[in-house]
Amino acid sequence: MPRRAVGDYRRAMTTASRQPARVVMDESAVSAALQRMAGEIAARHPEGALALVGVLRGGAPLAARLRSLLSAAGRAGALFGTVDITLYRDDAATALPNPQIGRSEIPFEVEGRVVILVDDVLYTGRTTRAAIDAVMDYGRPRAIELAVLVDRGHRELPIQADYVGLRIDTSRRERVEVRVDPVDELAAVVEVLGPAENTPAPGG
Amino acid sequence: MNGSVRHLLGIEDLPARDIVQFLDTAEVFFGVSTRRVRKVPTLRGKTVINLFFEASTRTRTSFELAGKRLSADVVNISVSTSSVSKGETLLDTVKTLEAMHPDVIVVRHSASGAPHFIARHTRAGVVNAGDGMHEHPTQALLDAFTIRRAKGHLADLVVTISGDIAHSRVARSNALLLTRLGAKVRVCAPRTLLPADMEQYGVEVFDSLGPAVEGADVVMMLRIQHERLTEALIPSTREYARTFGLNRAMLSRAKPDAIVMHPGPMNRGVEIDADVADGPHSLILDQVEAGVAVRMAVLYLLAAEVGQSPLA
Repeated sequence: MPRRAVGDYRRAMTTASRQPARVVMDESAVSAALQRMAGEIAARHPEGALALVGVLRGGAPLAARLRSLLSAAGRAGALFGTVDITLYRDDAATALPNPQIGRSEIPFEVEGRVVILVDDVLYTGRTTRAAIDAVMDYGRPRAIELAVLVDRGHRELPIQADYVGLRIDTSRRERVEVRVDPVDELAAVVEVLGPAENTPAPGG
Repeated sequence: MNGSVRHLLGIEDLPARDIVQFLDTAEVFFGVSTRRVRKVPTLRGKTVINLFFEASTRTRTSFELAGKRLSADVVNISVSTSSVSKGETLLDTVKTLEAMHPDVIVVRHSASGAPHFIARHTRAGVVNAGDGMHEHPTQALLDAFTIRRAKGHLADLVVTISGDIAHSRVARSNALLLTRLGAKVRVCAPRTLLPADMEQYGVEVFDSLGPAVEGADVVMMLRIQHERLTEALIPSTREYARTFGLNRAMLSRAKPDAIVMHPGPMNRGVEIDADVADGPHSLILDQVEAGVAVRMAVLYLLAAEVGQSPLA
């Protein structure tokens, strides 16, 4: 039943966007990548409390998924939080106000802890920069690491991920979407959407 | 706010969805105030001017803290209202401030409508921090925020507002906001302090505290605004305290889980007894805390809007 729903929501979304989409990671690839990332995190941190912080909105379900995979890998009890970066965006003072700010909830002391930020797509690095600043305002972690499902390149800041599901080459005109199944939060696919026909390139 | 709110001048013209938007955004900033670093970089480079023509410590401090916690530059200006030719003076003041390119001007003035006048002559967003006997929208928002946090919702709650209804902008803004979000509002005061047209706000009017408090979810007490009383409207402070003061016996007529609120400043022993003000039902200090979060939400939603609006 969940599997069926995945197909449905994916088809619906693809049709709605009317853009050519190619699946770069199907469900099993996403699942395998997260499994491997959890293994890497467990290997790098064999002891001590781990804290996973999902960057809203795309990173939160992936952080939850990693947390359960870590449990299965013998690293149970990882702390879990979410962070919304709206108030930390570098264009916050000039962008339109966002009336739907997500709730940042870090219900544990970050002081002295290793915090692993989890996001779906790493692109310019600006979101990660904002998320780092947001976490720092809760305290001074011992280290912050970054786990992303997809690294699509085009960095505008000196930021890199410690755990990467998949690196792909993209054009700036493309969009990379991680679609998490609304029914089965553990299922996700990654799509690259080409520029829509008849849509001029940015700045063009 | 979908471009709909450039200024916050009153609750009267604010649709329910914008009110809820302010309250929801305030929840985010309430979280910020509980962290180790109680500050976000959001309004870096923006300027907020607190323009106060009337004495105020708590509201001004609350706005100042809200602006600073958003990383805005905050300037406080206190102006005396002694000048007779207020219109001209006010326009000159606004023109001067306008040349300093503020993003938001927070105004308190003893004349109703002064913030509206300023809004017509500036490109900045204007927040009404209390104008005469007219409105005090951020107080109403923070009261609603406090009630919503305590009760989980506003709809169908019985809210009793007792005190100097005639001279209170807090009562007016609260009555407008709470009824708009579905609460059942009762106002209570001696007949001399009750405006004749109160029913137009969809509230129930009482001239005796007991029946007004009966079964209430929220009891909000207001002080007598002696500075606005031009004639003797109450026999004496002692007489008022006896008949309209909220003491423990009176409060027991409200719901067992009723909450007690007061926008301050309080006159202990007059409209509210000390053991009620400091008692387990009191959310008076929660209101102060909510005030900063609500004003952060207001400044955030207005200041960011200003950056987008074309030159007036």
